[in-house]
Amino acid sequence: MSKWIEVVELNKIPVLGSRLIKTRDTDIAVFRGSDDQVYAIRDACPHKGGPLSQGIMHGSTVTCPLHNWKIDLSSGNALAPDHGCSNVFAVKVEGGRVFLQL
Amino acid sequence: MHKENLVLIGNGMAGVRTLEELLKLAPDHYNITVFGEEPYGNYNRIMLSPVLASEKTIEQIMLNGEQWYIDNGITLHKGKKVEQINRARREVIATDGTVAHYDRLIIATGSVPFMLPLPGADKAGVIGFRDIKDVDTMLATASQYQHAVVIGGGLLGLEAANGLMKQGMNVTVVHLLDTLMERQLDKPAAAMLQKSLAERGMTFLMEHSTAEILGQERVTAVRFKNGTEIPADLVVMAVGIKPNTELGKSAGLYCERGIVVSDTMQTITDPKIYAIGECVQHRGIAYGLVAPLFEQAKVAANHLAKHGIARYVGTVTSTKLKVTGIELFSAGDFTGNDQTEDIVFKDAASGTYKKIVLQDNQVKGAVLYGDTVDGSWYFQLMKDGTDVSAFRDTLLFGQHHLGDSGHNPDTRVASLPDNAEICGCNGVCKGDIVKAITEKKLFTLDEVRAHTKASASCGSCTGLVESLLAHTVGGDYSATPKTKPLCKCTDYTHDDIRHGIIQHNLKTMPAVREHFEWKTPDGCPSCRNALNYYLLCAYPTEYVDDAQSRYINERAHGNIQKDGSYSVVPRMFGGMCTSDQLRAIADVADKYQVPTMKVTGGQRIDMFGIKKEQLPAMWKDLSAAGFVSGHAYGKAMRTVKTCVGSEWCRFGTQDSTGLGVKLEELTWGSWMPHKFKLAVSGCPRNCAEATIKDIGVVCVDSGYELHIGGNGGIKVRVTDLLCKVATEEEVLEYTGAFCQFYREDAHYLERTAPWIERVGLEKVKTAILSDAANRKALYERFLISQQPAQIDPWKARADGAEAAEFTPIMIEA
Ligand SMILES: Cc1cc2nc3c(=O)[nH]c(=O)nc-3n(C[C@H](O)[C@H](O)[C@H](O)COP(=O)(O)OP(=O)(O)OC[C@H]3O[C@@H](n4cnc5c(N)ncnc54)[C@H](O)[C@@H]3O)c2cc1C
Ligand code: HEM
Ligand code: SF4
Ligand code: SF4
Ligand code: FES
Repeated sequence: MSKWIEVVELNKIPVLGSRLIKTRDTDIAVFRGSDDQVYAIRDACPHKGGPLSQGIMHGSTVTCPLHNWKIDLSSGNALAPDHGCSNVFAVKVEGGRVFLQL
Repeated sequence: MHKENLVLIGNGMAGVRTLEELLKLAPDHYNITVFGEEPYGNYNRIMLSPVLASEKTIEQIMLNGEQWYIDNGITLHKGKKVEQINRARREVIATDGTVAHYDRLIIATGSVPFMLPLPGADKAGVIGFRDIKDVDTMLATASQYQHAVVIGGGLLGLEAANGLMKQGMNVTVVHLLDTLMERQLDKPAAAMLQKSLAERGMTFLMEHSTAEILGQERVTAVRFKNGTEIPADLVVMAVGIKPNTELGKSAGLYCERGIVVSDTMQTITDPKIYAIGECVQHRGIAYGLVAPLFEQAKVAANHLAKHGIARYVGTVTSTKLKVTGIELFSAGDFTGNDQTEDIVFKDAASGTYKKIVLQDNQVKGAVLYGDTVDGSWYFQLMKDGTDVSAFRDTLLFGQHHLGDSGHNPDTRVASLPDNAEICGCNGVCKGDIVKAITEKKLFTLDEVRAHTKASASCGSCTGLVESLLAHTVGGDYSATPKTKPLCKCTDYTHDDIRHGIIQHNLKTMPAVREHFEWKTPDGCPSCRNALNYYLLCAYPTEYVDDAQSRYINERAHGNIQKDGSYSVVPRMFGGMCTSDQLRAIADVADKYQVPTMKVTGGQRIDMFGIKKEQLPAMWKDLSAAGFVSGHAYGKAMRTVKTCVGSEWCRFGTQDSTGLGVKLEELTWGSWMPHKFKLAVSGCPRNCAEATIKDIGVVCVDSGYELHIGGNGGIKVRVTDLLCKVATEEEVLEYTGAFCQFYREDAHYLERTAPWIERVGLEKVKTAILSDAANRKALYERFLISQQPAQIDPWKARADGAEAAEFTPIMIEA
């Protein structure tokens, strides 16, 4: 199975904001909620591939900057009335550090 | 529970509407499989005309994308044509061999364009107008060739001709008879229509019958029975449609013109098979418009859901032409006979024609041209068989004639009864719409569309729906719902919140949210951005801007483009520049390999296609050359556009460029409720187009006229004159005061034009003109707020601020 990789310190992610992680294959946006819950999602909107890392986060949702689709960060699903889904990645926080499962 | 299998053949408007209705009634009853010959999801066929005219895109007319099928557990076989139905084994078989078993089957294969069997009709470039493929062909042809011939001057032919003309082709419409749209229009209306289309550049050959299509592989000309010829690179046949019964016939279902169905939409041959849409014939009629098909869809869905109570008894139809700028409505019997009387109104000068046909004091038909607002009312009177003797005299003036001088649709829709049909395509009445607006607190056209489907099909009732919306939520309606809350997170309005921020000394977003009982913990993108602005405006020196409550353009200080790259627009004060500055920009462009540069309408230079990571370095170089951010990305002061002015222009009365530079130096960097633009023209010739700007200064010999509240864009609004002043110092003071009053009073995302229309010019004049002390205080507050605002955000970031925003984390995995 794939392994956990440390990517960033929790406090380097702005609250209700994101950091962009570039891996060899894909770009991943890591978000931090106001409750310090962390989410990781592929940095591409299911609509037209907009960079979700650049959107505004609220609750556990991000609004895509290109056409305002709202994406649920825990499932990757677009909220009604839109339909679509982006990959989400397993993510955990230990000792103030954020790990991604890749 | 064992689910039955439902198969739909034909992924078009009628078929998929049936599925939508069915899913509402019985979401889990069937395993659904759909076969569609076209390689797409389900789209709004009637909007192909606006697509051809470049008024809409294919994307905008998609009704259900592929995700919809997935979400509803529907198997979609797109691009697969069904070639056989085996009724004994209850199977359908597609050309590629795919087989699906059914317990219930829906045939919705639509119709095919009727192609005249002329010699040469099989040449390349001869097509019908039916689907996306046809539109693609037309668009591709228009980009290469010049001459289009449309055969058939009916609804479809004229929409095709209009679209092709919009694409730049020379279009000739060939029609067999001497009047256009003879099935929908009488002669006078048809003549007015022809005249106005001819004025737009369409050519007509009336009473011409096509004999032959000439050319080698590809069409080059069309010859008529009278021997004449015209050149043609594209021939669109729009002479009618033919119900697509091929499959039904081969399956042994009884067909006449269409597949014959009963009042339950079941084929009369096989009750397991439903047929719906343009391929069917019901009580002798095969329909060619969507309104009847949507009614049929409801009935079929009702039976498929095993409710078993609906019957389809036919539909009375009305027609509108979807050519932008031409208003046309027709319904019922508009020619009349010796039993009927006509009431006619014609004003050729204003391009208005109305004819109503009455029999025994009931409306039997109507044709309207130029002014169609009352179409739905006449249509309603006709369907209800209302006795009109009481208001016969004023019938032609519409429902709301008394004391209404203009063509004001707002007041007219208000007087419609609740059962008046507003959206003919989807059969939605005024009452339904008003109810949805008030109960569900709808405020936008899109919301009304989503909830009621009104105006969601052909769109020609959009104006009526908007008027209803304006009227229902607007200020002067008895059933007005509560004033509009800032967003869904709170019940309070923009004004409540702005006042509350000052009155209760609320200085942070959480404080505001708590005071005003927010329903969400962090707000949403609408209120976060608004609150951030309101707090910044109220406490300019204290409030710490929250980057996460700004739209990405403002957070990254550049405009995000459709590919996720950014644009960079350095400020060029008053549009003035030096050769050194241009050289510096050129150097930066070379160094960062900028793919595209453009001179903007705001008189500065836009560099596109910049990667986010490059932004700080690029800004650093620009900053070193003396440039600051142009704020082309923000709800902020954008630019001051200037004309040449007295320094060089022989008409110039004042130094418009110099004043423009001073104004931009005063106002740059200011965050505003929305974007904000200025212009200065050196004389009333107004080369800087100052009268469509938020503030426009027009210089005259004796001083400066200050104009406010103008707007270009979708809805142009010319400025109102605020006042005239004598000196440049006064221009600066009044401008600063106006900016501040707008900043403090308008709602977030409200531009000056709608703001002034909402609050009234008088209020602005009072604040700025009547009370010199107040003006000076406003100006003073503006200057204070400008101190932090004029710290260049680019330089700050080039020097390391917000570095995380611009630095991705690289992982070797
Ligand atoms: C340009 C244009 C403008 C129009 N404007 C208006 C308007 O303003 N107002 C109005 O009311 N109406 C308008 N109409 C008419 C309206 O579009 C039709 O009435 C409506 O689309 C018919 O719906 P339908 O489902 O019966 O057929 P369609 O929407 O044509 O759907 C039938 C589908 O079945 C598919 N199909 C056929 N045979 C097979 C098979 N064997 N296997 C698999 N799939 C098959 C076809 O490819 C097609 O996608 C317009 C039509 C056009 C072309
Ligand atoms: C729906 C409304 C509008 C939208 C969505 C819109 C969008 C934009 C965008 C995205 C840019 C920046 C391009 C870039 O640098 O990346 C821009 C610039 C510009 N727009 Fe608009 N615009 C709208 C209305 C208007 C109106 C009403 C006018 C004029 C009356 C206008 C005139 C300009 C000008 C002059 C510029 C260049 C400004 C500069 O130099 O900074 N726009 N617009
Ligand atoms: S507005 Fe007047 S002064 Fe300015 S360039 Fe035009 S003509 Fe000259
Ligand atoms: S008019 Fe404005 S919004 Fe439209 S394409 Fe041009 S820049 Fe974009
Ligand atoms: S790309 Fe995300 S909403 Fe369009």
